[in-house]
Amino acid sequence: MQPLLKVEGLKKSFGGVAALRDGRFELAGGSVHALCGGNGAGKSTFLSILMGIHKRDGGTILHRGKPVEFNSPAEALHSGIAIIEQELSPVPHMTVAENIYLGREPSTRFGGIDFKTMNRNAQALLDRLEFNISAKEYMMNLSVAQMQLVEIAKALSHEADVIFMDEPTSAIGEKEAQHLFSAIERLKAEGKGIVYVSHRLSEIFQIADSYTVFRDGGFVGAGKLADIDRPGLIRMIVGRELGEEYIKTNTPTETAGLEVSGLFAPGKIEDISFTARKGEIFGIYGLMGSGRTEIFNCLFGMDRPSSGEIRLDGQVVSIRQPSDAMAEGIAFVTEDRKVTGLNLTDSVRNNICLASLPEMSPAFVMRRSEEQAASADMIARFAIKAARDTMPVSGLSGGNQQKVVLGKWFLRQPRVLLLDEPTRGVDVGAKREIYRIICDFAASGGTVVMISSEIDEILGMSDRILVMRQGRSAGIHDRQETDAQSLVHLST
Amino acid sequence: MSSIENKTASSWLNSDRRRLIVQEYGIFLAFLLLVGILSVSNQFFLTPGNISNVLLQTSINGVLAIGMTFVILTRGIDLSVGSVVALAGMVSASFVTSSATAGIAGAPYPMVVALAVGILVGVGCGALVGFIVSRFSVPAFVATLGMLSAARGATLIYGGGKPVPALSPEFRWIGTGNILGIPMPVILLAVVFLVSWWVLTRTRFGRYIYAVGGNPHAAKTSGLNVTRIRFMVYVISGALSGLAGMILSARTGSALPQAGIAYELDAIAAVVIGGTSLSGGVGRVTGTLIGALIIGVMNNGLDLMGIQSYYQQVLKGALIVGAVMLDQKRNQGV
Repeated sequence: MQPLLKVEGLKKSFGGVAALRDGRFELAGGSVHALCGGNGAGKSTFLSILMGIHKRDGGTILHRGKPVEFNSPAEALHSGIAIIEQELSPVPHMTVAENIYLGREPSTRFGGIDFKTMNRNAQALLDRLEFNISAKEYMMNLSVAQMQLVEIAKALSHEADVIFMDEPTSAIGEKEAQHLFSAIERLKAEGKGIVYVSHRLSEIFQIADSYTVFRDGGFVGAGKLADIDRPGLIRMIVGRELGEEYIKTNTPTETAGLEVSGLFAPGKIEDISFTARKGEIFGIYGLMGSGRTEIFNCLFGMDRPSSGEIRLDGQVVSIRQPSDAMAEGIAFVTEDRKVTGLNLTDSVRNNICLASLPEMSPAFVMRRSEEQAASADMIARFAIKAARDTMPVSGLSGGNQQKVVLGKWFLRQPRVLLLDEPTRGVDVGAKREIYRIICDFAASGGTVVMISSEIDEILGMSDRILVMRQGRSAGIHDRQETDAQSLVHLST
Repeated sequence: MSSIENKTASSWLNSDRRRLIVQEYGIFLAFLLLVGILSVSNQFFLTPGNISNVLLQTSINGVLAIGMTFVILTRGIDLSVGSVVALAGMVSASFVTSSATAGIAGAPYPMVVALAVGILVGVGCGALVGFIVSRFSVPAFVATLGMLSAARGATLIYGGGKPVPALSPEFRWIGTGNILGIPMPVILLAVVFLVSWWVLTRTRFGRYIYAVGGNPHAAKTSGLNVTRIRFMVYVISGALSGLAGMILSARTGSALPQAGIAYELDAIAAVVIGGTSLSGGVGRVTGTLIGALIIGVMNNGLDLMGIQSYYQQVLKGALIVGAVMLDQKRNQGV
């Protein structure tokens, strides 16, 4: 039987860096196919090429045996390939029917919109799919799960036969997920091909028939899910044994640095307790939305926990806003440096000094020479590559920008370092330097708590690992006693 | 031979460096060019009397535009400055009028009292706007649009819709007096400019303003009190509007209820021409001062050339849009 979609040798580089080296994929009609891989495996690049967002550098895409090339998602949709994105973008103040037929509204004889026909067609479509949504409802009154169903209906109204779903369950609850799965079953029965992208392996084993694994931008393997077990699939996704990348120089002491007990934040985290020791790198692993960052937000005063106790060096501390946390010697390297870490329009020097302004200007006036010395010190210490420290930080590479954020916090000589995805979007060389900085800090007696969704990183760097699942702790594990498979298993 | 010369020249002034110079001093060069053209085409332009006149005409807009710079640097806008000018000008005038019907009991008071009252009125208006913007996250455009209307109404209520005439000579000195031949409003503008420049470039508070405008999230995670900084810039803008209102009343000798209408537009224009980004975090008060001078010089020059004021408005509009278009083009290179 001819495959619905066949992709071979797909290639793409961004600025000389290969994001996808050899994308291979084969989708049969009437099946659900799981696309698996870790962060940076090339899945998103693969999807964006198929949807016409990026141009491919090489390779072929055959849709029903015919080679295709799209310039925009609209073109892809027109030829029958649709995507349900992780972040949906409906028009909230329009009805379901208006959203489904946006840009293709049936018109009346006088050129106005024929609402009657539109609503009737939309309702017929929704009923056929058994979605139980009114076509006349406003989009903003729907739940995220219902919006996904509307997106599916929209795809089918375009007569799409290939539907990509990118992490569709990341923002919906368990019950709604089961509802979505039964919708997927119905699509399968109609002979559509569904490509399901998810980190959640239990879901993949529940609904998918076959799988393809990408790793480091290349095709690793494919097959029937019936022929593979969960540890086997994880091994394919994680791949190589942990190599020389992580050289740990720190040894945890017995003294507690940061103690957290019974931390609650309604709807975000429940009953989180852990103790990070001095000299220790304490890892937190979990999927996006599992409550990892929310722990840090509570510790740093960005969010108010409803209950719980935080102790530093044995002393209970009260943290109501970030400046309180900073006064206690906590530093927080946030997840997204462009959104919450840096002032991109400002200079390297001013960014390094941003969290130390009161210390640098005891009498209101900034002490220029001190600022200059501090920034020169941090640039030398972390080997930040900048032409001069008065240039805008936006001109630096991702790795150097991240080192500026680290410099900003190290300047405060913190006792506790909270790191949220410290190496996201950073190249391999800079990654190693950042690991060295973190290890040195712990080795000199500092306490480090590090969030990462990269399993290699969390296993390679941490002394102990707390696994988060749906806002709760799924246990704390010693690095010697755990491995990638059990971490992934616990987090899903 | 010539290739060697080219090489040395280009390494001395490589493209990166050249772009920086245009970026930093472009507005100043444009100003000098404008002055050059006008002084060649009109012999009267560069006389001491006319220079003093241009500076005098720029002083009120300059003071307002400097306050506006603080606000725009934090990604805000202050549409209320013109109305606050009228309100502060009228309330302070009622303290120094010798007219029995328009003044408050005990008037005329000493100039210092009126000055304090005028600044306080401005601070009050600014604090109210700042409170609404920073605490309730009401967009600055909306909050200050409200104040634009409310302060104008308050002015009309306060004066019963009539002007406050016959201000004391002592008070009028702020607008008409001079020190060593330099008109008082020009001196006040210079003081406001120097203090603002110092605050924005040399103090912690100035650094906070740029940080909040550049990236409020990063400012918050760095422990800055973003709410208070947002509040403070509106207070500053209000205080300077109050000062500008008193200069205006003192110059004209009476406080008019319709004073300062549309002044906010000239103030915003000066800030924008001066290269401050409406999306916050980027800009200088020096640019704003030159922006205000460009508007003043252009109006004066066109007057001298005998061009009707109607055409002046069209040219000013083109200048504002042109300046921002150049700015956008320049920023794309970075």
